[in-house]
Amino acid sequence: MTASRHAAPATLPIGSDADLAWVRQQVRQAAAELGFGLVQQTKLVTAASELARNTLVHGGGGHVVLTPLHTGQAQGLRLSFVDSGPGIRDLEQAMTDGYTSGGGLGLGLSGSKRLVQEFEVDSTPGGGTTVTVTAWATIVPPTRPGL
Amino acid sequence: MHVSVSEETAEQQPAAHQVSAFLERRREQIAQRWADAALFRTVFTVSRDEAVEAGRAVAAALAAVAASGRLEDIRAAGFEAVRDQLGRMAASRARTGTDPDGVAREVAALREPATELLRAEFDDPNGREALECVVALTALMGTLRLVVMETTVSAGEEVIARQREQLHEVATPVIKLWESTVAVPLIGTLDSARSQVVMESLLDAIVAERARFAILDITGVPTVDSLVAQHLMKTVAAARLMGAECIVSGIRPAIAQTIVHLGIDLGSVLTRASLADALAYALSRQGVEIAPLRTADPAADAGVR
Repeated sequence: MTASRHAAPATLPIGSDADLAWVRQQVRQAAAELGFGLVQQTKLVTAASELARNTLVHGGGGHVVLTPLHTGQAQGLRLSFVDSGPGIRDLEQAMTDGYTSGGGLGLGLSGSKRLVQEFEVDSTPGGGTTVTVTAWATIVPPTRPGL
Repeated sequence: MHVSVSEETAEQQPAAHQVSAFLERRREQIAQRWADAALFRTVFTVSRDEAVEAGRAVAAALAAVAASGRLEDIRAAGFEAVRDQLGRMAASRARTGTDPDGVAREVAALREPATELLRAEFDDPNGREALECVVALTALMGTLRLVVMETTVSAGEEVIARQREQLHEVATPVIKLWESTVAVPLIGTLDSARSQVVMESLLDAIVAERARFAILDITGVPTVDSLVAQHLMKTVAAARLMGAECIVSGIRPAIAQTIVHLGIDLGSVLTRASLADALAYALSRQGVEIAPLRTADPAADAGVR
């Protein structure tokens, strides 16, 4: 819980199936060190697995940047999956449950979004894709305003 | 690339032949000197004769390489005779905690005694001919260093490849739990290659054991993403086509929550929390009931004694 120990961002390559296993391990370890619970860890690792595979299969490989976040009491982990592939032509369609262009279940993007707190896709046709997700090690969901 | 190398060696050809002749002629002295060098001394700790013998072999190999004129070619045929031995020596140094840097330095240290002997061969050790020969020998010793480093790296890669193969084989046993009930405990990452092996061995076992129930236990699978789920569903569907009912067990609470959020529909798959639950289900479907032994039973008592 020392505020001074700010770990630097780590960059991991995504170029093969073996790299996917390494990304999963590193994300799990980073999340555990930040105090994520087992369920939170599993969710984030699963989302990372989906998005890293997208980077590999659809983006033709790329890399992921792991950035530990420290905001006040909250500990978080931001993952940026970067590729320079063909990009996503129709983002709305790509975010639809069950839509796939790669023979999968079509849950990679949409499912990952439900597994993390913050989700952002930046893609230009022909200019690559960057998917950034952030998860926080909080157990209590934020209180809703009103009532 | 190849052209420039052959041109270079052609230029040095006379010196290369002289070095080759020198290595043949002075093999014994070189081997004796090398036996006292750190590399040979630390590998062959039991007897100095072994170190000298190894030194002779290396010197002979270098002479053969020099004779072929391929001083800078790590693929030169002359190295083949000692490649294994050099690999074993490097591995032996690595086992005692010497890093690749240290091994490289120890191989480099072999150059000095050899060039000293070479200089002594000439009436004028600083003459043009002597210098050319020293340059040729230096190039050859540099190549030897590369050969040693290469055998070290390829040995490591071999180990990794072999271990990967072993993992594929070891991690997918099919276990017969009961009459016509088989189970596969899945452990680790379930990628496409692994799931193919799992599916094949499970379907084979269903035929061999005439199984009606097949249990896939995923307790040891750390992450179930959509691809793993898809592999599981395909395996279940294939088993069903073979006439076996498939049960997926070992779904931990964290995995269950993740599957729900991810949106994977496992509704078509029969699931149980633990392998024991899955086995109990399979047994009850076959009309088998497991009950505790009645201790009052005289027959059971007699059996114990």
